[in-house]
Amino acid sequence: MNEIKENQTKSLIQVRNLSKTYKRGNEKIEVLKNLNLDINQGEFVSFMGPSGSGKTTLLNLLGGLDVPTSGSVRIGDAEITSLSGKQLTSWRARHVGFIFQLYNLIPVLTAFQNVELPLLLTKLSKQDRKKHVEAALSIVGLGNRMHHYPRQLSGGQEQRVAIARAIVSDPSFLLCDEPTGDLDRSSANEILDLLSRLIQEFSKTILMVTHDPIAAERSKKVLHLEKGVLIEAQNKD
Amino acid sequence: MKFIPLIWVNLKRKKMRTMLTIGSFAVALFLFGLLTVIHSAFSHQVKIAGADRLVVRNRISLIMPLPISYKQRLAQVSGVKSVTFGSWFGGVYQTERNFFPQFAIDSETYLSIFSEYSVAPEQWELFMKDRQGCLIGEGLIERFGWKIGDRIPIQGTIFPGLWEFNICGIFKGKTPESDTKQFWFHYKYLDERDSSTKGLVGWYYVQLSDPSQADRIAQTIDEMFANSPYETATETEKAFAAGFLKQMGNIQFVLICIGSVIFFTLLLITGSNMAIAVRERTNEIAVMKTLGFSGIRILFLILAESIIYAFVGGTIGLGLCKLYTLQGDPTNGMLIIFELSHAYIALGLGISAMVGFLAGIIPSCLAMRLNIVDAMRRI
Ligand SMILES: Nc1ncnc2c1ncn2[C@@H]1O[C@H](COP(=O)(O)OP(=O)(O)OP(=O)(O)O)[C@@H](O)[C@H]1O
Ligand SMILES: [Mg+2]
Repeated sequence: MNEIKENQTKSLIQVRNLSKTYKRGNEKIEVLKNLNLDINQGEFVSFMGPSGSGKTTLLNLLGGLDVPTSGSVRIGDAEITSLSGKQLTSWRARHVGFIFQLYNLIPVLTAFQNVELPLLLTKLSKQDRKKHVEAALSIVGLGNRMHHYPRQLSGGQEQRVAIARAIVSDPSFLLCDEPTGDLDRSSANEILDLLSRLIQEFSKTILMVTHDPIAAERSKKVLHLEKGVLIEAQNKD
Repeated sequence: MKFIPLIWVNLKRKKMRTMLTIGSFAVALFLFGLLTVIHSAFSHQVKIAGADRLVVRNRISLIMPLPISYKQRLAQVSGVKSVTFGSWFGGVYQTERNFFPQFAIDSETYLSIFSEYSVAPEQWELFMKDRQGCLIGEGLIERFGWKIGDRIPIQGTIFPGLWEFNICGIFKGKTPESDTKQFWFHYKYLDERDSSTKGLVGWYYVQLSDPSQADRIAQTIDEMFANSPYETATETEKAFAAGFLKQMGNIQFVLICIGSVIFFTLLLITGSNMAIAVRERTNEIAVMKTLGFSGIRILFLILAESIIYAFVGGTIGLGLCKLYTLQGDPTNGMLIIFELSHAYIALGLGISAMVGFLAGIIPSCLAMRLNIVDAMRRI
């Protein structure tokens, strides 16, 4: 009983003294400096900050796409900074859903096939994969567009397919890098509504980078990244 | 299995490029097939050569004759079972395009040594009775629509004048490999009619009781005739056939050179196509890796693609080549055999797959090692 209680209080994502330095020739660019961050299960957090402040870098580190110069990133029970490249790859497949500004769908695959892609890496049967893909696509409201190719969809629809792809394998958390950055206001709102629904109905954890204050308002917590450190701007709790 | 659709969509992505790549493989393997057909035809002679026979020829050159008196002396060499001889006639039937080999043979002894051939007894009897008689190989008889009883005029070249022969019979090979595209007639007829070469023959064949003694006996024979006006060079029939091939230029070397150039070109074409394909898909590969596709998996997907090109193209090329050979020999029988063997089909597919592998390995390794973060930033 005690252990469970402790697990509940422990945050899902725990970042300690995270630093990332890029070398460009002799010049060292300190993008992230001793950054600390705690995010609980079911939270919706936005990151804002000027261009080049390191928002994408931070998401890449949290998603195990890149390795920090120093510091620790613990997600659930895994210290991902100590995983090997191969371990990171399979960890990503199980725990992270990625959503990008430019959707990044595979143009030669249909919506269905794009969403199925992460499931190909699991042991699910063809039947089960189909069930999961259909469920994910109906959550994002595209049950009737399953066999369309990306070029046959609007930007907002493409992003919804991308969201379906991100949630289909039921990851621990979603990382969204400017998910509405390429969309008009109403499409952007649809995407934000969808993300809010994922939090409310499916208690997902979402970390979202955005330049759009309206988008940021949807989240519970907005963090500003400036000169490599995080400043909490508002807390609607 | 579930990854096959991913490979399939990549093949369909640039249809023109896919077809051209497969087409390159098809053309290359078709050419490869033809080269092996030619090679098989030439090396066939060596393959079918009898192991227990020696060829005795004039030391200076194959076209120089030997005296007929050697027959007796060769027969006396210990270890020699029997002796026969023949001469190259080199006549022309109607036109030079109708080339086929004509041999003046020592009728009494020839078949006892060339036991791979057989003639029906009544036809043989007819042949032995007719001074102008001739025997036609079953591989040649149909070429000009000849039949037993026909009278065949042949224009002499080495032996001047018009020569006429009566077809007395057909000789058959006991195995499918035997060369039956030949024309045989009596040496006696040649010797009687042509005065310039009286008492001379083209070459001798010597059959041995023990093939393992071939080298020793060959040496004995050559020593026996040393310092005579007609010195001999004796070798096994295999060595003789191989040497004959060499005289025609090093066919094998030429074929290997042409083959290598074909495959090297193919490697460059396919390699650059694969490199372009992988470059175009850099972003997609990064996305797939983000989703959890491992580097090795990406490598296999791309490698599979180039090996499929190789296999499909190779199969088409070799298939067409096989069909082509089944149409029959376009040289009208100048090649003893005209066939694409299973072994060469297998070799062709193997080399083809190898080229596919080599062409795909560098691009797919680059894809395997692609850094996600860098690749994503580039767009
Ligand atoms: N591979 C790299 N080598 C050198 N510098 C890099 C590299 N990747 C990122 N940077 C630098 O790190 C800094 C942070 O980049 P990052 O992409 O995280 O910013 P961002 O906050 O996402 O910006 P934007 O809002 O424009 O997307 C930038 O100054 C960038 O130039
Ligand atoms: Mg960014």
